[in-house]
Amino acid sequence: MLKYMVRRVLEAIPTLLGVTVISFIMIHIVPGSPVRILLGNHYTLERAAVLSKELGLNKPLWMQYFIWLGNLLRGNFGFSYVYNKPVAHLVLQALPHTLIIVVASILVAHLFAVFLGSVQAYYQDSMFDQVATVINYLFYSMPSFWLGVLLIIVFSIDLHWLPSGGIVSSQIANPGFGDWLRHLILPVCSLFMISVAGWARYMRSSMRESLLQDYVRTARMKGANEFRVVFVHALRNSILPLITLFGLSLPALLAGALFIEEIFNYPGMGLLYWNAVNSRDYPIIMGITVFLGIVTVLGNLVADILYGIVDPRIQYR
Amino acid sequence: MINQTLILEEMEAQQVVNERPDFMRRFWKSGTTKIGTVLLLFLILFSFVGPLIYRHSAIEAHLLYTDAPPSARFPLGTDSLGHNILAQLMVGGQSSLEVGFAAAFLSMVIGILYGMISGIIGGWVDTLMMRIVDIILAIPSIFILLFLNVAFQPNLIIMIFVLASTAWLGVSRLVRAEVLTIKNHVYVEAAHALGARTWRIMIRYMLPNFLGTVLVAATLGIADAILAMAGLSFLGLGLPPPTPNWGGMLSDAMNYMFQNSWWMIYPPGIAILTSQVSINLIGDGLRNAIETRER
Repeated sequence: MLKYMVRRVLEAIPTLLGVTVISFIMIHIVPGSPVRILLGNHYTLERAAVLSKELGLNKPLWMQYFIWLGNLLRGNFGFSYVYNKPVAHLVLQALPHTLIIVVASILVAHLFAVFLGSVQAYYQDSMFDQVATVINYLFYSMPSFWLGVLLIIVFSIDLHWLPSGGIVSSQIANPGFGDWLRHLILPVCSLFMISVAGWARYMRSSMRESLLQDYVRTARMKGANEFRVVFVHALRNSILPLITLFGLSLPALLAGALFIEEIFNYPGMGLLYWNAVNSRDYPIIMGITVFLGIVTVLGNLVADILYGIVDPRIQYR
Repeated sequence: MINQTLILEEMEAQQVVNERPDFMRRFWKSGTTKIGTVLLLFLILFSFVGPLIYRHSAIEAHLLYTDAPPSARFPLGTDSLGHNILAQLMVGGQSSLEVGFAAAFLSMVIGILYGMISGIIGGWVDTLMMRIVDIILAIPSIFILLFLNVAFQPNLIIMIFVLASTAWLGVSRLVRAEVLTIKNHVYVEAAHALGARTWRIMIRYMLPNFLGTVLVAATLGIADAILAMAGLSFLGLGLPPPTPNWGGMLSDAMNYMFQNSWWMIYPPGIAILTSQVSINLIGDGLRNAIETRER
């Protein structure tokens, strides 16, 4: 097990190096220099030359890459041109906000999807199953940004129940935990509603297969009640595909979070990236791209390892 | 030589034996597929034939009628600049569908070529080529698309390439996996033995075997491309103005949310949702029809 984990981590290193190369190339094939944007109306050739030298943009590309990579390995993600702060600092500031909405929505969505999918599979082809399938399909196809807007209209504008954006209320002098929590509800709900639909579909089909297995019949014969049959005996096996999905869905959720953060003006990584792209703040763009790469690769790794823990039939080689 | 070609032709003929009508029947049998097809046809007619019937400009600003709710003159109302929303919706549909279909097709072609080359050559070339795919897939595509959009300020054609730039990755993985299993089948060996060239084997023997799987992926890719473009436009990117776009209409509407301008918010959202539902339904229908064949 340990050997397998070490091997997987080692295998991830070339991929991560590749991510750094790609993000570096991506940024340097692009027209429009950051020097021009930084100087704006004060642009002159002399000033541009001085600034490029200061930012190290006049060195050959491969040298810029290795300087940047060397810094990266020492935990130095560079210095934001625009905010004039270390990138690592900015990312770490934004990260908890993104993490909390993503993790909260993953957890709630998984629990709910497992429950809904199981019940749908148990009462398969009933009225309930059919209605739930149609609703799932609609949410599965729903653009996250439209859903976010609809939630704001219903719950903040029409009903005045929840705030429409931000992390805490700006009008209150000392916004407490409750206020913070209230601001979380709508962003988390948007991500939750979108991801639950796809997962419930998986869960439904996987539970349908499990319910046909022999051990389910055995469990019934032993006299286990139906609740136990579904949520203990069948669930254990039908939940397996969802665990793989758990790690794989991380990038998709981070992408969804980009829109959600934009709509709810939530200062997470997505909003930071979006602002950085608009102002050509290269160090931030590269920092976040590399960070996302790490998260995705780790997500896959965690999915594989989790899969092995819950399914003892898996052999590590 | 003539003999060999004859045998080859015969083998090819047997390959595609009469599976098609059967396949189409299975595809049509499902009610959800029919709903999807009807919805998609409706969208196509709405976007391309609609403007021929409803002859009103999508970019003309009726400054006396800004923010107008639906009326006899403007069936879906006007936006903050006095644009006719119904006309905008139709024209926006054109670019969405054109870009969606073209980007999906392009990514399918690139993906098939890349995946086939990787799978057939094998060895370290295969490892390297697939590593590259892994690496690009490790970055969520919307982040790449966002970046490319700001960098290149795309028109319709560049937009297609930008969207395809991330969409081909999944296809190439699928194709490569299929090629690896097909590669060792007896009929491929037989074709080799009979002297068929590699490209002939690729096109006549391998392609028909995984075209179905790829077609499903490409169909779902149309929905992804439409959604990605709407999302980019929603973020204020996408195609440059004045070309109306569903995502752009939605993001404009968001600025007027607090005035309860429901007629600006629902139409583009429903249009995007319809495109997604219809194409996903068709994709699922295709997949079911193909999987039954393989069972």
